[in-house]
Amino acid sequence: MSLTAVILSLLLSPLLLSVINRSKALLAGRRGAPMLQPYFDLVRLLKKGVVYSNVSAGLVQLAPVCNLAALMLCTLLVPLGPLPALIHFQGDFILLAYLMGLGRFVTMLGALDTGSSFEGMGASREAFFAALAEPAFFLAMAGLAKMTGSQSLTGMLQTISMDHWQHNAPSLLLILVALFLVFLAENARIPVDDPTTHLELTMIHEVMILDHSGPDLAMIEYGVALKIWLMAAIAASILVPSGTNPLWLALFLVLMAVIGVLVGLVESSMARLRLIRVPQLLIGAGVFAGLALFLEFVQ
Amino acid sequence: MSPLLWLIFLPLAGGLIAVIDGRSRTRSALWAQAGLFGCLVAACRPVFFVLSTGTPLVLHLPWSMAEGNFQLMLDPLSAFFLLPVVILGPLFALYGAPYMRHYSDGGYRHGVHWFFYNLLAVGMILVLLARNGLLFMLAWEVMSLAPFFLVLFHDREKKARFAAWVYLVAGHLGGVLLLLFFLLLGTSGHSLDFSTFQPLSLSPAFRHLLFGLAFVGFGVKAGILPVHVWLPEAHPAAPSHVSAYMSGVMIKMGIYGILRAVLLLGGPVYSWGMILVVTGVVSGILGVLFALAQHDLKRLLAYHSVENIGIILLGLGVGMIGISQGRPLVAVFGLAGGLLHVLNHSLFKGMLFLGAGSIQHQCATLEIDELGGLKRRMPKTAFCFLVGSAAICGLPPLNGFISEFLIYSGAVHGQTILSAATVWPLLLTLAGLALIGGLAAACFVKAYGIIFLGSPRSSHAEDAGETGASMYLPMGLLAVACIGIGLAAPLFLQLVRKPVGVFLPTFVTLLPFADAAYQLRIISLVGAGVILLGLGFALLRALLLRNRPIRREATWGCGYQYPNAARMQYTASSFARPITLFFDAILRSRVTGNVPEGLVPTRIGVETDTPDPLTRFCFTPLFVGISGFLGLLRWMQHGRVQLYILYIVTTLFLLLAALAEGWL
Repeated sequence: MSLTAVILSLLLSPLLLSVINRSKALLAGRRGAPMLQPYFDLVRLLKKGVVYSNVSAGLVQLAPVCNLAALMLCTLLVPLGPLPALIHFQGDFILLAYLMGLGRFVTMLGALDTGSSFEGMGASREAFFAALAEPAFFLAMAGLAKMTGSQSLTGMLQTISMDHWQHNAPSLLLILVALFLVFLAENARIPVDDPTTHLELTMIHEVMILDHSGPDLAMIEYGVALKIWLMAAIAASILVPSGTNPLWLALFLVLMAVIGVLVGLVESSMARLRLIRVPQLLIGAGVFAGLALFLEFVQ
Repeated sequence: MSPLLWLIFLPLAGGLIAVIDGRSRTRSALWAQAGLFGCLVAACRPVFFVLSTGTPLVLHLPWSMAEGNFQLMLDPLSAFFLLPVVILGPLFALYGAPYMRHYSDGGYRHGVHWFFYNLLAVGMILVLLARNGLLFMLAWEVMSLAPFFLVLFHDREKKARFAAWVYLVAGHLGGVLLLLFFLLLGTSGHSLDFSTFQPLSLSPAFRHLLFGLAFVGFGVKAGILPVHVWLPEAHPAAPSHVSAYMSGVMIKMGIYGILRAVLLLGGPVYSWGMILVVTGVVSGILGVLFALAQHDLKRLLAYHSVENIGIILLGLGVGMIGISQGRPLVAVFGLAGGLLHVLNHSLFKGMLFLGAGSIQHQCATLEIDELGGLKRRMPKTAFCFLVGSAAICGLPPLNGFISEFLIYSGAVHGQTILSAATVWPLLLTLAGLALIGGLAAACFVKAYGIIFLGSPRSSHAEDAGETGASMYLPMGLLAVACIGIGLAAPLFLQLVRKPVGVFLPTFVTLLPFADAAYQLRIISLVGAGVILLGLGFALLRALLLRNRPIRREATWGCGYQYPNAARMQYTASSFARPITLFFDAILRSRVTGNVPEGLVPTRIGVETDTPDPLTRFCFTPLFVGISGFLGLLRWMQHGRVQLYILYIVTTLFLLLAALAEGWL
């Protein structure tokens, strides 16, 4: 039942956002929005009309559909713990990274389409940080490939067993840290970007989508949920033992929630970094992944 | 007449008639096009035959010159590199004819221009066919000299004269190394015919030296860092169809040369692959960084050629490492990726240069910060440019991703099976390619976003309109090719099957090619899925919005009253600034103007400018030093003919005396 993974991703991804928000709310002593709030938001946005900038030349319309199409196809490539991905082949993580890259490319163009200097600012930052995050992601994947001998996401993530944790624990931990940092950067979370900030000048992702509205914004928000879900799923799948035991699926879902709480903890306990510090964080992620590879080769 | 001779004869004849009939601007262009289209037709059968069967076509003619025969051969490697030469030559000429209409006053010599354009094609074809060292060098000279005159088309501009000069010097310094390479390699056999070379009789150290000569010599033409300095000068100065032909096709002859040299030297060894990977990473990363810092669109594109040559080198380097380590899968993926990227880059880079030409034609400037809002004014050009931009960033579902995927995949596979001592170039490839991809995306978001989106930043852009069909149709064809290769990748993989077979026995390439075809089939399907799903969402949105208000409002400006003022938009320089600032140790941008200071800054205006650091800090001091040193000898040169004759007579006398004394 390989379609299960796709359906689960499509259905549950907004829930991860509410786990993050709820944990942030609880840590701040608030009750927080209902768990289904992201779904309500999507429905509400889908029911609205739209406003386009009168400078726009059409990329504002292209960006949400193209971005969502790319991210939806990513759900075909990512396994969820014990559930294999619908499509897996040698090198599929390269396609995954570049599909996400396509989504980012059109989103940045959509931002520039409005001629707003704030959105240009956001696109510029997004472009820079993404470029620095890519090598870290690829080195982390190379580390997993070296460890497992497979080069597909499903192959890599489902081969990792207790055996690997016994022999390669330092490498695996380093890879997890690298992936978590890339995850925070790519999904515009603290300490790289603050999704709840009020000031356009300091935003990255949020400012790029300032001029999107209605169904367009719904598509973008759903894309955000899919992306954070998929990248969290890669990290969680590393921790889930291989095998088709249904218990592992439950463990996987628990781990996803743990990642959500972890993000909430990070966001509640620290402020975002100054923008000139962010490159250091991402290069640090690359160094962690490189170190993991180094450890594997000297073993 | 042999089909191979037709390939040379037809474009040459077209060029000659063009110069004879040079008075008429339109007719000379037509003659040149006719010659190139004739060449395309003549090339179809032999190229298809060689690429499908792998059997080379050979032509031997007696030659009265010393050192061997007039030998031509079309083997799969030559045939593959011939593809862009014969297909894009006529296509760019088709674009060039209306482009050149702009330069119609009497000072411009169109016949001569088209003659040299066709001569460039002839030179490249002959370089690919030649199988004799002397013939190869002759062809190489023809190919190197023709662009000099093409760049000089705008010879009333100082910039063009300087660019042509830099190009000439660079090309010939490279040529000297190549001449040495062939002469030294010729000592292994008894002639300069390629077939008589016996590389394996040479000592390994000598072969390394020969490879070094060929790599640097061909590298100058290919535009590998640090010998790339002619590219950012020559490409912007030339007319756009010429830049497209040079950047898309001619620099690939350098890549062909490196591959041919490796074959002539008896196949790759590990250290050569390593050198290719290291120079590839350096060219790729620095190329894209320099590109990010540019304000002139054509200069930006020229630096992206350096970057893409780097990617090609990465692929070929991975392939050579695979061959030398006996790993067919790594070898096939690397070589196939590198070769396909040659073809892909010629398509999208050619198209982007044509797009730059159209912008120059309609807006009379290529200064990115003077443009803006062109998508509304030139929608067809904008669409093609968008496809090209996405393709050059290696994004699916376009062709750039196909070749980059193969390179990545080869490197990832290789790093799981190679030993710890030999694996580092592959890891470097992985990390380097990822960084290059991310930075390239930044650069093309900047280029496309600032030029085509937003509001116009000057009256040039404000008043621009779409070009004629004869200028956007060639671009459209190239855009279709970029999409087509992305969606039918396994089919186009077949093109490189035989060329890769030149390096490896066929039976070991079968399995890797089957693997690659399988992976590419899925990628093409996913690519088609992206397009279909995107269309589906667009349809869904249209349905949802059917009876709802769609309003046009001013862009959100955080409450500022005039948010749409063109001057308030982000500029190309500001977009790239975080990156260029981060890498300032390498780029050394010059910042001039009034940087805001104090609590209430008054006059503010900042300009940044990034001349090529290598030219600035390395080559200019070097050549100034050389010219200063040679200036010391200037006392011998004062323009009096009598004294010059005295020099000649003295030299002759000394030589005769030396001969008589038996010193020589």
